[in-house]
Amino acid sequence: MTDLFWLIPLIPGASAAILLVFGTKLPKKYISFQACFAVFASFAIGLISFIGLNQGGHGHHPLIKNLFPWIHTGSFKIDLSFQFDPLTAIMVLVVTAVGFIIHVYSIGYMADDRSYARFFQNMNLFTFAMLILVMSSNMVLMFVGWEGVGLCSYLLIGFWFEKHSAATAGKKAFIVNRIGDAGFLLGIFFVFIYVGSSEFAAINEAIGGGQITQSMATLIAILLFVGAVGKSAQIPLYVWLPDAMEGPTPVSALIHAATMVTAGVYMVARMNLLYTLSGTAGNIVALVGAVTAVFAATMALTQNDIKRVLAYSTISQLGYMFIGCGVGAYAAGIFHLYTHAFFKSLLFLAAGSVMHALSGELDMQKMGGLKKYLPRTYPTFLIGAIAIAGVPFLSGFFSKDAILTSAFANGQYLVWALGISGAVLTAFYMFRLIFLTFHGKERLSPEVKAHLHESPPVMTVPLMILAFFSIVAGYIGLPVVLGKNVNWIEHFLHPVIAGVHEVHLSIATEWVLILISVAVALFGIFMAYVFYMKKPQIPHNLVARFPKLYKLLFNKYYVDEIYEATIINPLVRGSEVAYKHFDLKVIDGTANGSARAAGVFGKIFSYFQTGLLKDYALIFLLGAIILLGYLLF
Amino acid sequence: MAHFLFFLLAIISVGAVLAMIFSKNQAHNALFIILAFLCLGGLFALLDAPFIAVVQIIVYAGAIMVLFIFVIMMINLKEGVPPERKRWTVVLSLLIGIILVIELILAVTGAFAPPQAPGAAELANPSNLGKLLFTEYLYPFEITSILIIAVLVGAIVLVKKKDTE
Amino acid sequence: MIPQSYFLILSAVLFFLGVVAFFVKRDLITQFLAIEVMLSAGNLAFITFAKYGSSLGGQIIVFFIITVAACEAAIGLAIILLVFRQKKTIKSEEINLMKG
Repeated sequence: MTDLFWLIPLIPGASAAILLVFGTKLPKKYISFQACFAVFASFAIGLISFIGLNQGGHGHHPLIKNLFPWIHTGSFKIDLSFQFDPLTAIMVLVVTAVGFIIHVYSIGYMADDRSYARFFQNMNLFTFAMLILVMSSNMVLMFVGWEGVGLCSYLLIGFWFEKHSAATAGKKAFIVNRIGDAGFLLGIFFVFIYVGSSEFAAINEAIGGGQITQSMATLIAILLFVGAVGKSAQIPLYVWLPDAMEGPTPVSALIHAATMVTAGVYMVARMNLLYTLSGTAGNIVALVGAVTAVFAATMALTQNDIKRVLAYSTISQLGYMFIGCGVGAYAAGIFHLYTHAFFKSLLFLAAGSVMHALSGELDMQKMGGLKKYLPRTYPTFLIGAIAIAGVPFLSGFFSKDAILTSAFANGQYLVWALGISGAVLTAFYMFRLIFLTFHGKERLSPEVKAHLHESPPVMTVPLMILAFFSIVAGYIGLPVVLGKNVNWIEHFLHPVIAGVHEVHLSIATEWVLILISVAVALFGIFMAYVFYMKKPQIPHNLVARFPKLYKLLFNKYYVDEIYEATIINPLVRGSEVAYKHFDLKVIDGTANGSARAAGVFGKIFSYFQTGLLKDYALIFLLGAIILLGYLLF
Repeated sequence: MAHFLFFLLAIISVGAVLAMIFSKNQAHNALFIILAFLCLGGLFALLDAPFIAVVQIIVYAGAIMVLFIFVIMMINLKEGVPPERKRWTVVLSLLIGIILVIELILAVTGAFAPPQAPGAAELANPSNLGKLLFTEYLYPFEITSILIIAVLVGAIVLVKKKDTE
Repeated sequence: MIPQSYFLILSAVLFFLGVVAFFVKRDLITQFLAIEVMLSAGNLAFITFAKYGSSLGGQIIVFFIITVAACEAAIGLAIILLVFRQKKTIKSEEINLMKG
């Protein structure tokens, strides 16, 4: 049964194809059933394969299924082949499990939308592409999946395409992604040059065999990381993610929290041998991740749109995952990916539930005191917030702690410091969100209040499931202080992530670090409580005292405006110039000119067409004479 | 004897065509051409092609020219059409014609070589020609017969007056 | 034995005269006659080659040429009649419907 793992991407793919062709003619109930069942079937097969992996001891050699040779020209070979190893197993389970829950949630959320079939077709297509990405056994097929999720991201962000801002956001996401993909492609090209094949097995062999020097590895690693920066929204290519909130909330939960944006992290973890070999690249990854983590967190402090706060939070948490991978603790990075998938999608879906209850309102300044009206949404939201803040015993604590401890252990003190600052900010802005939305005075508008209602079970049950996992998911990676072999996830991923030298800190240092993390999280929550519950005038005073700073943060450091002025505007102006002077004048001129030339020639030749018999005969004769002359001489 | 006949027939035929060029009356033109064809028939006979000579006279001079004369009578113009007035076309055509004839003569320069004795060709009597016609040249023969049928039908269809006019 | 070249030169001259007649004359019928002259000149050349090349093929060809000329004359005259019916003239310079 484990051998059927290659079906995992194909089932949602088939469902997407069916919905594409027949979607509008099928009844809604059937569409819901097929779409969700497809993802569930993938999850089931993934689970069985995962169990098989554990029992069969396949850990050390990934299962590979070569579906068919795709491009074979000379020595250039690319096959359509999937692989299944521990890393893939975790990713598949996360994608399909969270994906299934979100599909079920969408049945309720998108129930009144008129493009119901298109939504589920796009969601299934996304699942298909994402699964190809994580299950491919070579870089080119992974890139196919990479591009596929980019495409689906565009389709889903711009799902309500009649809205201008949504269409623009979709375009922005695709274009910014594309910039990253250029780097990724260059990286693949270099892989082909130095290794001769893009299969992960071949690459790892080449690295192990010493064919790749450190400088080669650095080059490839940095280029690939450029792609990851685009896909996983790190500095400087993060600008698309906040705008991507124009899409429906389930889309934000699935794509921009749990799965697509984590593709970059997966890629770095998959190429871990490369990043370990090149120390420089790893440092760059960690540094970019750390700076992004703090940078995004500062922007989340001032946003009033509930989804934007979560978007910046996602960028920030992705930074943490890259910290983990950058310092060599790839297992920790993947661990955080896994826990983050649960609590971030929970947060997004819960935010969607709040919006649904408030008939689409997303400005937190118009919320407040919703605690008593949303008895099922509130607790789940709270659990998600606690998890992300890093409070002990919930999942976020374990994964974040693993990352920060590894950073400290590997001597990256700057990265650790940035990570800790990010943790404070994270706790602060999450609880700012909680307090503004659910506690305090009600600032609702009257019409919204009139329609206020809790969401239907099809939406709240997924929330509860995700909340449950947000609590327990962390127990697969307990810190070393509690025992030698309790870090199950690290052992599980050990065959895939080899060669990282384990740095062990003393038990005392580890306990100190844990306590610092906890203290920092609680401090953040306490400060949020003070600012927004006890003394609400503090935020107002701060804004009044530092208006420029507030404006800077509120306008997201004007990054979008800077990009617009320095990159986009020149390109647009340049292409306008090119259009006016080259396209219109030269190319159209040539086309029109050749038509005019044909006309002129035609006019000239029409003088010979007098219609008179004799003139035609004369020309015959001339022709005959010339021919005769040619034959004679 | 042969030479004398040749020159006689040649001069008469050239003269007839020249007269045709200068005459204004169409019927006269046709008659002059009949004379030219008769001379040509004689020339064919000189060239040991008796059958073709007779065919030329019967078909060409007899049938085709009679056709021409029928049409001339049907058209029934009151006055003749004078030849070309514009000088330059005449000169131009003369010029081109001269170039043509020079080329043609040059083309047959090879024929100025001493006449080799013509080998023992078969006599060009109807039976020999018939043998060739029905064996080697069968296809052209059959196709030509189809052509004749097409012409028959075509000519009638073309000239038929429409019933509703 | 009459030299071959005499006949061929005669054929060339007749052809040339036919060409001149075609361009000099202005009425269709006479121009058509000139075409027939040209054809006959060709026939002469063929027969000459038949005799001096010792092959009967030349005469067979002339046979076909005469046949085809007859057919062509029939159709051509029919067309001239039709044109005359339409335009009431046989002057070839007034028949220029194909102009441009």
